Amino acid sequence: MKKTWLVIQREYLTRVKRRSFLITTLIVPIIIIGFYAAIIAISISGSTSSQKIALIDDGHLFNGQVDKAKDDLSQYAFIQGETEDSFKSKYKTLGYSAFLYVPKINIDAPYGIRIHSQSALSLSDKGKIESTVNRAIEDKRLASAQIDPAKYKAINADVSIENTIDSENGEKKAVAGVAYAVSFGGGILIYMILLIYGMMVMRGVMEEKVNRIAEVIVSSVKPFQLMLGKIIGIGAVGLTQFSIWIVLMILLQALVPLLFPGMFHQVTANPAVAQAGQTGQPNMMIVVAEGLKSLPIGLILFCFVFYFLGGYLIYASMFAAIGSAVSEDQQEAQQLTFPIMMPIILAFVIMTKAVNDPNSGLAIFGSLFPLTSPIVMMGRIAYSPPAWQIILSMAFLILGFLFFTWLTAKIYRTGILMYGKKITWKEMIKWAFRKG
Amino acid sequence: MSLLEVRNLKKYFATQKAVDDISFSLDKGSIFGLLGPNGAGKTTLIRMITGIFYPDEGNILLDGKKFDAENDVALIGYMPEERGLYKKMKIGEQAVYLAQLKGLSRHAAIERVKQWFIKFEMQSWWNKKVEDLSKGMGQKLQFVTTVLHEPKLIILDEPFSGLDPVNSNLIKEEIYDLAKKGSTIIFSTHRMEQVEEICDHIILVNKGQKILDGSVGNVKQQFKENIFSIALDRIPGIPVQQIFDVIGKNDSSLILRINNGFRSNDVLQYFIGQNINVVSFNEMLPSLSDIFIKLVEGTPLARQFQSVKA
Repeated sequence: MKKTWLVIQREYLTRVKRRSFLITTLIVPIIIIGFYAAIIAISISGSTSSQKIALIDDGHLFNGQVDKAKDDLSQYAFIQGETEDSFKSKYKTLGYSAFLYVPKINIDAPYGIRIHSQSALSLSDKGKIESTVNRAIEDKRLASAQIDPAKYKAINADVSIENTIDSENGEKKAVAGVAYAVSFGGGILIYMILLIYGMMVMRGVMEEKVNRIAEVIVSSVKPFQLMLGKIIGIGAVGLTQFSIWIVLMILLQALVPLLFPGMFHQVTANPAVAQAGQTGQPNMMIVVAEGLKSLPIGLILFCFVFYFLGGYLIYASMFAAIGSAVSEDQQEAQQLTFPIMMPIILAFVIMTKAVNDPNSGLAIFGSLFPLTSPIVMMGRIAYSPPAWQIILSMAFLILGFLFFTWLTAKIYRTGILMYGKKITWKEMIKWAFRKG
Repeated sequence: MSLLEVRNLKKYFATQKAVDDISFSLDKGSIFGLLGPNGAGKTTLIRMITGIFYPDEGNILLDGKKFDAENDVALIGYMPEERGLYKKMKIGEQAVYLAQLKGLSRHAAIERVKQWFIKFEMQSWWNKKVEDLSKGMGQKLQFVTTVLHEPKLIILDEPFSGLDPVNSNLIKEEIYDLAKKGSTIIFSTHRMEQVEEICDHIILVNKGQKILDGSVGNVKQQFKENIFSIALDRIPGIPVQQIFDVIGKNDSSLILRINNGFRSNDVLQYFIGQNINVVSFNEMLPSLSDIFIKLVEGTPLARQFQSVKA
């Protein structure tokens, strides 16, 4: 036990002290937050840019006044006494970024409306202008059918249905979108953890074998202690790195509004949001907050830690066995890791299905089978699966961990002392099931 | 009293009888040569003695007690042929880590490492990384980490490979010194001249079995072929006679093989009788290398796989 502890310490400290650890630990959240900030900045700058659009209304569609669609921020100016051809060469110099030409049209078959611009309009700008034009056409059609446009708008329904879950703890509001995001996020995180830290274990074992350290160490420590020490040490590195990331993300998230002070102000000042508020749709932030409140946060966090550790331990022991079988080159490692990548990828695929249909047979199977359960169960957990399934899944995961560790320890023990020979899967299976 | 006793040790792998019934015992403070061609089973034998493998059959007694891998690893220092160190780790830390794995406290480990580093003039290396060392320097460090915890039994597999003559001598002196202080040393190598120089006792294994066991002197006596070199003041023409055959000849001396039933005095008498002055007369014992080749020759270079019925 004391020796395993020494190995854990070495594995942990040598990695944490490395410069590359510091760099990745600091850079990853900065990149993520950077992306996040960039996306917000771009979306805001896109929605605030108001362009001036010239309008030649030969078809008298607008009757001299443009009733803009709610998120169309363009400014329209009516141009008199010009034709489409004559104005084409002028609008640029007059300061318009585009001009909209409405010919004389049949209101029931409105073809031939054109927008001229110097460069292709963005999809969202084109869409906004189209919806403005559509409104004008709808108004004309309502008029010709003798329906009062105001009455029509009052009739128009836009309902969002609230889902309440009736559990023993009372009613809660379910927000499908939030549950979906949390599930998907959790599944992806576990998937990444398995790959990143599993590979780290494999490289560590390969280092010991390729540099011929294994036999020196194994003459003072049992191979199982060495393997366990490495797995636990690297697991601790993973937990450290994740904790730092979470703290940094929270700090940076708090910093973003300080760095871009105008941003949130603009969002709230955005007429579209304000309008949405008036029509009775709850504000997005409030929706997310309520959605999170409706989720079993404690259970999700507990499961995340549990499946993080369980999944990591199962796969790390397998990656260690692979590492022990590789004798020289990276390419060999890639071939051997393939069968281990398969269940991870499979689990990921099942997880993407499970977030959409959390109670399907495939999702239930995936969340019980120990090689896929860490990823798949995270994909279901926000939808509150039955307790017996969670308990069974955890029990299977623990049993799976014991079984695979027992199996892989035997491969590892033989593999690390085997030099100069290419080892196949067949041989590894033989080692695993050999007695003694 | 013997420090290590190995009795009827067997280890069979799926395709080979790697070690097939080997027994021997080692005296405390002796330097012991474990010889054998590639694939003879030396490494497997050593791995059983160091507790890396469990024997299929047989016993290992260390210091009179049954060998217990868990606790006795502290008594053993093993430098395997396939050896290496963590490249990215600092040298001082690495030596301390390896000593701690052998059961020393951190404090004691640091003290010992410092002492050895001073002895080998390696003090300036402490904060360097292994990847900065040359092969020979790495080898020295490896030796230090092997003997740092003052083991009773030291096993060195090809300890001189990659060392220049100066460093070889340094290590050799250290080996003698450790033996004098009471450590027992098992020395495995293919370099026969080193074995002749260093070892008191040798065993030779081939195909998993012991084929020779004894002190270097005894083994040589056992394999001597009655070959003598005789230096004379003039070389006569020698007719065929019964006493000896001439098997080599140069300006001032002859190499003779004495035939069965005759003794060295008969040779001397022969030359004295011819009134030829004998300048010197020496027995030429076979070198270990010759003995090795003689015993192992004829067996295929690489061991053939054999089916094992255990």
